[in-house]
Amino acid sequence: MLTKRDLLKASVALGGLSLLLGRPERAAAQMVDQLQIFVPAAPGGGWDQTARTMEQVLKAEKLIGSAQITNVPGAGGAVGLPQFINQWRGRPNALMVGGLVMVGALIANKSPVKITQTVPIARLTGEFEVLVVPADSPLKTAKDFAAALKTDPKKVSVAGGSAGGTDHILLGMIGKALGVAPRDLTYVAYAGGGPALAAILGGHVTAGISGFGEFGEQIKAGKLRALAISAGERQPDIDVPTLKEEGIDVELFNWRGVFAPPGISAAQRESLIALIEKMANSNAWKEELRKRDWTPILLTGDAYAKFIENENERVTSVLKDLGLAS
Amino acid sequence: METLSQLANGFAIALTPAHLLWCLVGTTLGTAIGVLPGLGPALTIALLLPITFKVEPTAAFILFAGIYYGAMYGGSTTSILLNTPGESATIVTALEGNRMARSGRAGAALATSAIGSFVAGTIGTIGITFLAPVVVSFALKFGPAEYFSLMVMAFATVSAVLGSSAVRGLTSLFFGFYLGMIGVDLQTGQARFTLGIPELLDGVNVIVVAVGLFAVGETLYVAARRHAGKDEIVPLRGSLYMTREEWSRSWKPWLRGAALGFPIGALPAGGAEIPTFLSYWIEKRLSKKPEEFGTVGAIEGVAGPEAANNASAAGVLVPMLTLGLPTSATAAIMLSAFQSYGINPGPLLLQNQPALVWGLIASLYIANIMLLVLNLPMVGIWVRVLKIPAPLLYAGILVFATIGTYGISNSPVDLILLYLLGAVGFLMRRFDFPTAPVIIGMILGPLAEQNFRQAMTISDGDWTVFFRQPLSATLLALAVVGLVGPRLYALYAARRLRDAAQPGEA
Repeated sequence: MLTKRDLLKASVALGGLSLLLGRPERAAAQMVDQLQIFVPAAPGGGWDQTARTMEQVLKAEKLIGSAQITNVPGAGGAVGLPQFINQWRGRPNALMVGGLVMVGALIANKSPVKITQTVPIARLTGEFEVLVVPADSPLKTAKDFAAALKTDPKKVSVAGGSAGGTDHILLGMIGKALGVAPRDLTYVAYAGGGPALAAILGGHVTAGISGFGEFGEQIKAGKLRALAISAGERQPDIDVPTLKEEGIDVELFNWRGVFAPPGISAAQRESLIALIEKMANSNAWKEELRKRDWTPILLTGDAYAKFIENENERVTSVLKDLGLAS
Repeated sequence: METLSQLANGFAIALTPAHLLWCLVGTTLGTAIGVLPGLGPALTIALLLPITFKVEPTAAFILFAGIYYGAMYGGSTTSILLNTPGESATIVTALEGNRMARSGRAGAALATSAIGSFVAGTIGTIGITFLAPVVVSFALKFGPAEYFSLMVMAFATVSAVLGSSAVRGLTSLFFGFYLGMIGVDLQTGQARFTLGIPELLDGVNVIVVAVGLFAVGETLYVAARRHAGKDEIVPLRGSLYMTREEWSRSWKPWLRGAALGFPIGALPAGGAEIPTFLSYWIEKRLSKKPEEFGTVGAIEGVAGPEAANNASAAGVLVPMLTLGLPTSATAAIMLSAFQSYGINPGPLLLQNQPALVWGLIASLYIANIMLLVLNLPMVGIWVRVLKIPAPLLYAGILVFATIGTYGISNSPVDLILLYLLGAVGFLMRRFDFPTAPVIIGMILGPLAEQNFRQAMTISDGDWTVFFRQPLSATLLALAVVGLVGPRLYALYAARRLRDAAQPGEA
């Protein structure tokens, strides 16, 4: 016989169960119930992968109950950022993934919002760039490349991603460091690393610039020759000199980091920073970075905020030199 | 033969029950998302990327490849039945396919596209197996100058869809150019025609335009003329599947489509749309019944482009598997899946991961067979869609088009665009402007522009580069032959006819 009391018990049990399933934070006191991650790019790209890897690691380390990822793709983040700043204002457990590309895109697109309007939480990973030539190129070193560029920048075509992106910014910085007017540089923009790589492999351009991960396998296979990387110092297991070693005083990381929406309290900011620090120091996170060839360059809180301001200024000045910003 | 023994190993891997199941799941899912406009294979695979945390690599790639091939099959279904292309590669299919469906031959159109997809997909997969290294070294010879010349050649295909008036057709084409220019310019990073709307910075999605012009425009047109005239859809006339005549009209276009699609798909900037345009143009030129094009629907115009887009889907995998070059959105996402396994896709992929690559290739053969088995019996069910009374059918199309468009980017701006373009499509239909040139202009225009500017940047402003390079010059010559040739031939034939007639008169 089912009595009223049984029904009551059952409903309490069910309620408790649904509470448990829906809000697992009751189990662990400090855990964030649900983290909302805003990705201003389409699924599958670098920022999206960062977000999904974060979700994976944070859940595995029991730092969060669950994560909800929202993708708002478009124009290097210029479509998503206004939405994050306006509609996500004041949300406590929300993070946006972004990076250098977004800084550049906002400036080039003359966006009405600035990345400095968000609350910077932490810089997570970075990927340095590499300057390559086809394997049969007469240019053997970055010094050869520099000499050719100084002689006649019009004859040295360099392929990379879209105009004003990281690859273009690096070329602008190299030109500036060598005393070549950035506007004289011959930059050929391709829609993405694949087509650019095809143009370099086919010998249609003199050289190419991209993230090291994009070209790494071609370099290993001997199809491309790496002249220099944009990291500050030599990287383990990569036998390629830095630009600085080759006498070009340029350092650039295509960094990715996370930001909180404006309008959160100081305590909320602190707890987000603590959460990300715990994640970044976990073995699971380190293992994912190793698998994906992402270099950890953790920087949090005020130091990160300062870094963002500097990057914003630096990129603005390069884009101005390239004639892409005013 | 080493390749054959490798392939046999691949089949041994792909034919395990678990992998067959993954393949079935992938092809079914792929067919489903292909049918839905908006949700393409790239987005679907991206959303499924997290499974790479749980599933072993071979299974994941068999699943992804199934989705990829399946979407190419499924995309044609809505093109044919509802004039609502699911993928940009099946836009051309809608041109003749939907005409056939309206005149009672939907079954034949669906069947020729399914069988043509199977034939071309299999030819393409054989191409991957045996020709990949050759094709890829040829593909790398294409630089910006060659691409530009290829685009010029592809522009010749516009002549097949201009309709009755060249001025109207070219107006449509230039409207397509305009739509294609919207967004941030790749070479300078500056926004063009975006009207200050950030959502337009990435440009207008060609699917939104195709669905707006074809499906929404058509719906408005039918609604406006409901009381005026007869625009009757005949659900089924004759046999459900292809007749003997339809078979004999289909097999050559399948082979020609495959021959166009595979190499162009393998070009790093070739894509799946250009071979469908070229195939449509060739089939219209070669057809013995050109009067059926654009009227009751010609089966060649479905068979050729459908074969072309499936062969190109196989072609796209060539640079990915041999060089680690992602040449389409889907390939790029698949590459990022490789990375989440710590596998570095590149020129050494085949050496380092032979089991994975050959398992994947073998599963492509299996996916093709599964898709045929899955899709042919569906034809009978799909054809019944056309028996739905017109008001309900068109209402359904609107719902479908709206949901699909919203699915592309979850952006209300796309929905506004969809209906604006629907209104434009209605007016174009009303005043007899052809809509197909808009799509061609929109796809080819920006490609031609970017490649032209890349070529000019590299050559430092020297435009003779297009004629100096043999490959580029050859393509340009072919374009001239394609445009002028048929007219000269017609002139010559007319003169001969006259010459032949004259002696009799005298």
